[in-house]
Amino acid sequence: MTTTSTMTPTTFKPRRIDPSAVVAGTTSRSSVRETWAQVLAMAWRALKKMRRKPEQFFDVLIQPLLFTAMFAFIFGGAISGSVSNYLPVLIPGILAQTALTVCMATGVQLREDMDKGVFDRFKSLPIARLAPLAGPMIADLIRYGIASVLTLVTGLLIGYRPGGGVLGCVGGVALTVIAGWSLAWIFTWLGTMARSAQSVQGISMMIMFPLTFLSNAFVPAETLPGWLEAFVKVNPVSHVVSAVRDLFNDGAVTAEVGWAVIGCMVVVAIFAPLAVRSYSRKM
Amino acid sequence: MADLSAVRAEGLVKDFGDFRAVDGIDLRVRQGEIFGVLGPNGAGKTTTLRMLATLLPIDGGHAEIFGVDVRREPHRIRQLVGVTGQYASVDEDLTARENLWLFARLQGLTGTRAKAIAVDLLERFDLQEAAERPLSQFSGGMRRRLDLASSLITRPPLIFLDEPTTGLDPRTRGQMWDTIRELVTDGSTILLTTQYLDEADQLADRVAVIDRGRKVAEDTPDALKTQVGDSTLQLRLADGSDTALAANVVRRLLGEEPVLTPESGRMNIPLPDPDRAADVLIGLREAGLGISSVSVAKPTLDEVFLALTGHGADDQPQMEAAR
Repeated sequence: MTTTSTMTPTTFKPRRIDPSAVVAGTTSRSSVRETWAQVLAMAWRALKKMRRKPEQFFDVLIQPLLFTAMFAFIFGGAISGSVSNYLPVLIPGILAQTALTVCMATGVQLREDMDKGVFDRFKSLPIARLAPLAGPMIADLIRYGIASVLTLVTGLLIGYRPGGGVLGCVGGVALTVIAGWSLAWIFTWLGTMARSAQSVQGISMMIMFPLTFLSNAFVPAETLPGWLEAFVKVNPVSHVVSAVRDLFNDGAVTAEVGWAVIGCMVVVAIFAPLAVRSYSRKM
Repeated sequence: MADLSAVRAEGLVKDFGDFRAVDGIDLRVRQGEIFGVLGPNGAGKTTTLRMLATLLPIDGGHAEIFGVDVRREPHRIRQLVGVTGQYASVDEDLTARENLWLFARLQGLTGTRAKAIAVDLLERFDLQEAAERPLSQFSGGMRRRLDLASSLITRPPLIFLDEPTTGLDPRTRGQMWDTIRELVTDGSTILLTTQYLDEADQLADRVAVIDRGRKVAEDTPDALKTQVGDSTLQLRLADGSDTALAANVVRRLLGEEPVLTPESGRMNIPLPDPDRAADVLIGLREAGLGISSVSVAKPTLDEVFLALTGHGADDQPQMEAAR
């Protein structure tokens, strides 16, 4: 164990450390630029982990394939008369459901991660408290992307022909990714609050199921009892599903798209600060 | 600012529910020294360190590091302190090189500089060969070294080491001690906690002894040892009924009171000077008292505690350090 390095003699200067100089150089918070660099570094870490643990991709690979095919053939005839008539209704619905499942995994994985020793180091480093939360979420954009594209492709394979064309599909997938990322803040917040990964999973399930099934994702809202229809209409998932339907099936940027984007922004504006605050308090 | 203390803590308090883990601890660590915090499990060492490192909120009292208030300026403190925990806080899923690169990037180093620092630290801590291996294949000693290396990326002026050698084999422990000594020659100040008296003795310039959340003594390791006696002569008599006779011989020769366990014929004799062990043995031979076993032991933490607090180190309230 020698102090000097022959390869890069300049980096580890033998100069003595001067504490007062270091104190003078400290800052009381990370600047926006520093924070951005930290978020990217954390995203890099999340990507590395994804590559080493491909089993993480199980949900984004299996669910789109399985649910799309299953729901189409089981409910198609009953709800829309035929499978091909049901697909334009179903595909955007499955897309939203898949995005929510991926969100849930974001929260659970964050919670698992936070129990690890390395989070102690993250806490002891002079980094923005936002970085350990936002980094993995950026890496998760890839997961939303894979899940959305895979759902769409499965749909195409079993006969879905979106009227919106390529542009409409790209728009729909993009909106799903945005919505998934925004809603993930809710689950990230849960992840910072809950005691264990299991409890995050449990709570998330309780949120996810009503949000997806009490929406227009799989059935037309008009067929529901009045009180339920009222809830379905204010459910943000319904707006996302309607917006994606408009994009996929008609290639139209309708008011629903606007509402969906606004809804996503509101969710981020509320839950991102809550998550960061709860995370900082955990320490 | 030559008189500026590296750490100045007054009346630190930490409560976990009804349990007061740290109960008014004062610490003053001078610049450039190795300061040891000695105590058994659950004494509040780790909790104190974690409060000073901004990893736990301070419930009472006041702490400054190089004059910066710990409670009010946590972000500044984190730029001044490198923390190496009791459990290696490195990423299990990344390689050694990736770990160092990540921590360097997080602290604002450019990509190229982060790479260079990682190369440097891997070499300095003898980890080059394992640089690309996942951490799951690392030995305990390698993990600790990587953990310590991760704390040194920005060359912080103050380094916290929480039980740096607990669980390491003797050889690795010796290497760790060398590394720690080297850090001080760079101008760093070190605050370390330990359960081992000999570790404090080997490394620390001054030692605070912590017991049940309170500081019971603070001194140089030498002064602490004199309070306890340098070493102990442990004897076992061939015939247990001779203990009273043997005790008389010891009192006459050394003027020390031996600690007796008559049932087993054992006696522990504090030695002011290890040389005097021979005197005792000769004295016993002359008195015609047989010995079945004999050894000379250095004072243990238990004995330091017995001497300082009147109770052993074992009967501490068991309490996992709050993580």
